[in-house]
Amino acid sequence: MATILTVDDTASMRQMISFTLNSVGHEVIQASDGKEALDILQQKKVDLVIADVNMPNMDGITLVKSLRALVEYKFTPILMLTTESQDTKRQQGKTAGATGWIVKPFNPEQLLNVVKKVLG
Amino acid sequence: MAIDMRQFHQTFFEESLEGLAGMETELLHLEKAANDSGQENVQADPEILNTIFRGAHSIKGGSSTFGFNEVAAFAHVLESRLDALREGKILPNRQVIGLLLLAVDCLRNLILSAKTGQAVDKPSIEAVYTHLERLENENAESTVINNSSTVVAPPKSSSWRIVFQPQRRLFHTGNDPARVLRELAALGSLKVQLNAADLPAWEQMNPEECYLAWDLELTGNVTRDMIQEVFEWVINDSRLEITPNLPHAARVETIAAKEAAIVDAHNGSIRVSIPKVDALINMVGELVITQSMLSQLAAQFTLENLPKLFIGLAQLERNTRELQESVMRIRMLPLSFAFNRFPRMVRDMSEKLGKQVELYISGEQTELDKTVIERINDPLVHLVRNCLDHGIESPAERIAAGKSAVGKIELKAYQKGGNVVIEIRDDGHGLQHERIFAKAVERGLINPEAKLSPEEIAEIIFLPGFSTAETVSDISGRGVGMDIVRNNIRGLGGNVEIASHSGTGICFTVRLPLTLAILDGLSVLIGSHTYILPLVSIVESVRVRPELISRPAGGGELFSLRKEYLPFIRLHKLFGIEPRSPDLNQGLLVVVEADGKKAGLYVDDLLGQQQVVIKSLETHYRKVDGISAATILGDGTVAMILDVAGLIRMAHTGGVRFIMEDRHHMPVTVNAASAPNLN
Amino acid sequence: MHTAPVLHHRTLSSHEEQFLTFRLDGQEYGIAILKVQEIKGWDKITPIPNSPAYMRGVLNLRGVIVPIIDLRLRFGLSEAKRDAFTVIIVVNIGGRLAGIVVDSVSDVINVTAEQHCAAPEYEGQQNREFISGLAQIDDKLLILLDIDRLVYPETLDEVEAAAPIAAMQ
Repeated sequence: MATILTVDDTASMRQMISFTLNSVGHEVIQASDGKEALDILQQKKVDLVIADVNMPNMDGITLVKSLRALVEYKFTPILMLTTESQDTKRQQGKTAGATGWIVKPFNPEQLLNVVKKVLG
Repeated sequence: MAIDMRQFHQTFFEESLEGLAGMETELLHLEKAANDSGQENVQADPEILNTIFRGAHSIKGGSSTFGFNEVAAFAHVLESRLDALREGKILPNRQVIGLLLLAVDCLRNLILSAKTGQAVDKPSIEAVYTHLERLENENAESTVINNSSTVVAPPKSSSWRIVFQPQRRLFHTGNDPARVLRELAALGSLKVQLNAADLPAWEQMNPEECYLAWDLELTGNVTRDMIQEVFEWVINDSRLEITPNLPHAARVETIAAKEAAIVDAHNGSIRVSIPKVDALINMVGELVITQSMLSQLAAQFTLENLPKLFIGLAQLERNTRELQESVMRIRMLPLSFAFNRFPRMVRDMSEKLGKQVELYISGEQTELDKTVIERINDPLVHLVRNCLDHGIESPAERIAAGKSAVGKIELKAYQKGGNVVIEIRDDGHGLQHERIFAKAVERGLINPEAKLSPEEIAEIIFLPGFSTAETVSDISGRGVGMDIVRNNIRGLGGNVEIASHSGTGICFTVRLPLTLAILDGLSVLIGSHTYILPLVSIVESVRVRPELISRPAGGGELFSLRKEYLPFIRLHKLFGIEPRSPDLNQGLLVVVEADGKKAGLYVDDLLGQQQVVIKSLETHYRKVDGISAATILGDGTVAMILDVAGLIRMAHTGGVRFIMEDRHHMPVTVNAASAPNLN
Repeated sequence: MHTAPVLHHRTLSSHEEQFLTFRLDGQEYGIAILKVQEIKGWDKITPIPNSPAYMRGVLNLRGVIVPIIDLRLRFGLSEAKRDAFTVIIVVNIGGRLAGIVVDSVSDVINVTAEQHCAAPEYEGQQNREFISGLAQIDDKLLILLDIDRLVYPETLDEVEAAAPIAAMQ
């Protein structure tokens, strides 16, 4: 199964995502902001990154840009967590190199579907 | 997929309430900045605005995910106004900030209501909601997220022609055309025709780019929306044409997807930072290494290895101690959790009282046991209220006294030895001794003839039933007084003292133990039993010379120590234990201090210093006078931990009262009705 | 969780109840087996100051501090010498633990409804509330104790106030 990094500044979202992905056998690493995620990713290669947009220290868009600049993460799927009111953010994320997005609110089933979609 | 979302609710509630506290703090910063500049068009720090926005945004995301729709709807409107604030469409003037603070309160109430199931004050929340909506009329958007129903169009069999030509940089976003094809194939039967017309010559080809295009035909129960959803992430990077082969009609159906928000019963939980957990794991690692080293040593033990064994044991002791400290640290939280509410409280109350007050907070990073933080909150609120209500004068009075119109309250925390000290200091008029004295006489708390030192007068405010507020205000309340505050703090193993300087203010000093679970103790022998004395309360230990003991009429014994007279407490007598020797020279006197009072505890011997784990006696038995708790010693037996403050109080109520350090004063006579209840 | 040794193991009929019986100054007593958590030998007990005499002190039961009641002193009987048979019965009353010191444990027996007999009124009886009933087992009288009331009288303060119970023979 895949190794997935979830980046979110709210612990409840991280827990929910981890628990859901763990339940189908994925290994999940958690980071609470873009900066921490970047640190982790430079030490460990993951198959998928799921990142929130609004975060302290380093936001999701900057994280995507930074990751795309790294050779190891040039083609790694990166999903952004956005809300329906964040059209511009979604576009910025896309331009920065995000693979796609998951619109909040979502339930565990939707999350698993999207992840399955990306990981094949 | 049956994942019980309720398991994440507790975390959501905790972080949301924390987030709201953070928003509140930043809003107050914003208000202060606006006030300080004195201008209408203040350029707020974007980082502050971002932090406030993020708070509402996170709550909105979480509450909608976890199904708290009322919270989500309110967070949504608040978020949109904060976004407007962030973009400069709304200016952060006092009214706006006041409204946003109210909105924070509403959101907090909604979250607490979701958490506890208690009803909220709907009209007042709706009023704030309406105000928020009107805050920026021209940009009014009435989208309220509605999570309760989803409209879907169940598909009918149809056939679609799709032309899909991705942009070259498709791979650079981590997308893959194969994924798209796979998903389409999952929707129905898919005919794929590859269009490789754009594929360049081999030597010109960049393997990181996508040159291919596809002509597709999809047949099945598929709608355009479903196809579009598959292409959602790549739509802007591609040429995409979707045309129907046959027309179709859609039936609309509503599926209610509402999940009842069932609220968890409250479970106390702690969120632990990752570095703390890492430290713990490291320590366990070391412990495992030491353990394997020791068992290896034991497997082939010879006497030459004895030094190695001692080294190993010393290492084990260090590992255990470090592990213990790290585990304890998990329970520790910064005092900011308790301090955070004060800026708002001081703001609201000083407004109500017509006073101008600035609050200075320092040392909020000092860590304390979670339980202590939770339980120190109310006493601290009371002390700060006291400063606001009784301490700080009105602006006019202050100017008349030659002070700045703006009063000052300082909240300061620091660690000192095994204690955390919290000082609450104001620059008001200080304690008014005559008024306190008169009131205490009037209340029958003291004898009108009594001559009291300033310290003793200050102590009066901690007597039950004492309150000097001329009118009962809703700030300091009615008589729920300083005695309760002191009792609550004592209940945490701490203490509170007051120091007053006429005209320049008062200072409450609260001392609290770092943790409730571990105690630095001195083991003492009484008869054949070991007792533990908390190290913090020990002043010194001295040999007892019988000629220094006097027995004033009325009972009790006094011990003269360098011109000071201390109650001489024979613990044997108090506990009904036979002393090891009747000869006083054979024992020792441990001089202890608590609540500013000293006493001498007579014991048979001192056994040594040790850290003990505190075990409550009340879990399976009950509170015992003079004993604060129990512990388990190295040999597995139980030892009692002495309650020094309780013992001193017992000595004071045991027939004779003493005035410490100054015998010229008359004793404070406390009448029976107001005597502290020792049980 | 430790359970008491079940000596006779057979299915119980609906009106049968199991009791752990023990001996105290020559008399047999019984307490409902469901209240018994474990039985342990005599161990070093730390006295609690300012407590009634029958409150022997507290014991470390695997890290839990458990108060120990001397049933002889509780009943106002003479103190007995500890010997190899002296045991502490640890009872669990609504999650609260207490140990009671008895001379020896005897058996686990089933008491049927027919074997129950009402406690007779007799001269000098003061503390009938601690007796839940009497039973006739093989010509011997078994006194069934209401352990809840014995260990935790109505309020905690009464523990201190409670005078030793007069001898019950």
